[in-house]
Amino acid sequence: MKMLFAGVLVAAAFGFYTEARALSGRADSDPGTADTLAFVSPFMEDNERCFKCHGQGKYEYENELLGTTVKALMCPDRIIRREDFYISNHRSFSCTDCHSSDYVVFPHPGELRMELKFNCLDCHGGDETYSIFSFEMIEEDYMESVHYKLEDEGFSCWKCHDPHTYRISMRDSKNLKETILYDNNICLYCHSDYTRFQILSDREEVNFLKTHDWLPNQASHFRSVRCIECHTQISDSILVSHLVLPKDRAVKLCNECHSKNSLLMASLYKFQSMEQRRGGFLNGIIMNESYVIGANRNAYLGTLSLAIFGVVILAIVIHVIFRIKTKANLKKG
Amino acid sequence: MYLYPLGIRLWHALNAILIIILIITGISMQYTDKGNLVFIIDFAAAVKWHNITAIILVISYIFFLILNIVSGNAKYYRINRNNLFSDLGKQFRYYVSGMFKGEKHPFPVSMESKFNPLQKLTYVLIMYAGLPLIIISGFGMMFPEITIVKLFGVSGFILTDILHITMAFLVTVFLVIHIYTCTLGTKPTSLFRGMITGYHEPEEESPEEVSPEK
Repeated sequence: MKMLFAGVLVAAAFGFYTEARALSGRADSDPGTADTLAFVSPFMEDNERCFKCHGQGKYEYENELLGTTVKALMCPDRIIRREDFYISNHRSFSCTDCHSSDYVVFPHPGELRMELKFNCLDCHGGDETYSIFSFEMIEEDYMESVHYKLEDEGFSCWKCHDPHTYRISMRDSKNLKETILYDNNICLYCHSDYTRFQILSDREEVNFLKTHDWLPNQASHFRSVRCIECHTQISDSILVSHLVLPKDRAVKLCNECHSKNSLLMASLYKFQSMEQRRGGFLNGIIMNESYVIGANRNAYLGTLSLAIFGVVILAIVIHVIFRIKTKANLKKG
Repeated sequence: MYLYPLGIRLWHALNAILIIILIITGISMQYTDKGNLVFIIDFAAAVKWHNITAIILVISYIFFLILNIVSGNAKYYRINRNNLFSDLGKQFRYYVSGMFKGEKHPFPVSMESKFNPLQKLTYVLIMYAGLPLIIISGFGMMFPEITIVKLFGVSGFILTDILHITMAFLVTVFLVIHIYTCTLGTKPTSLFRGMITGYHEPEEESPEEVSPEK
């Protein structure tokens, strides 16, 4: 008996350890590290004229009038870190491809602050090269989203997709958890920073942890799905929906995801969902990164359990029949 | 004979209710998309009630363990390892043929021996292996951050869940067989009545019957 109990404890303990080991490998897998080493921009020298000041928090310049060297802090919104830029999708650009060449003059002429900034569609619209991204459909989605209503307040593509640092995440994803973190940080950049949020909205501060306190295992959900899974309307035509819904239309029914027809297959796992089953599990592709109760039932285990249950019920029915017969025989004497 | 003390009966009744709630809420989570079936309840409600009921079950299980030690009830679960397989065989044969031939129960219930060898084995497996595994894996499901991330390349959470639902399935099968075998008393309702009143209704014994346990 003692042996049996000890065996049970050992077997039970076998399944539970802390997650330290798995987390330790994250830095090695950062795709940015390899890219930075491999990619050398043809405009590196030109860009360095800008990065010299804008590439870090501190910059310095010679004040020729006073004959002094001035050290100052760069405005955080004007800092573009080299390591972020050179792994971004626009890494092969020269700064002056998008910004006025007059910026090479220092101090920068004041009127340059008023320059009209390009929008995504200015470069990507109507271009066959980028047709797989369906920028026009993305714009249609965006124009129906709650974000579009804030355009007059200054909302634009850049609020979510900083052209200096943005990199495609979902199509290039080698580690979905990192992609989820990257994508969620885009939302949290404004939605968890009230100062930034106030630039676009007069709403009172929202504590998103509190507004999501109905969600069981909140941290696990935040790690495993993107905000847009619940807060956008899924599009059949584009990979990442840009139609951000009003909060009262966000998904709040658990079984929208926790079911055989999990909406995650049409959103988070859309790109990889060619594979419908893996090892007998429904929506098996989800299981590369997560496990969703109700969506990842194992078809083989399901069939086996039904078969065992059927055999048990059949055995009971046969037993009952024999009991009835025996009783009838006894009555007959 | 008075065989089931009040504490055991109360624990048994509570345990039965909790297990049934856990099975219904567990199936509801697993088959959430089959909401048209009568026993499938809303996922959010299923999660909430599964968690609440599970915590009560853990407390009830600890109570059971203590009660077993304090009251001496644990002795009824002690398996006679010397004749285990032959005793199991006798009991099994009785269920599949002996009882239809009018044979007497090979291990009649007495104050010294409440359970037959098959009962002892299944109760021990369920209470001392099945339930601990369900409880531990259940904690892993309730607090995913404590489960191993990967084991041999497979998500620890998946393994934990498979262990949980496999054990839960075995408990469900046990429950069905347990309820059915409880109709095998002197009358189909005798054993159920016994678990309510505490008094076991003995089989009519013929004078020549000799218990194999003796």
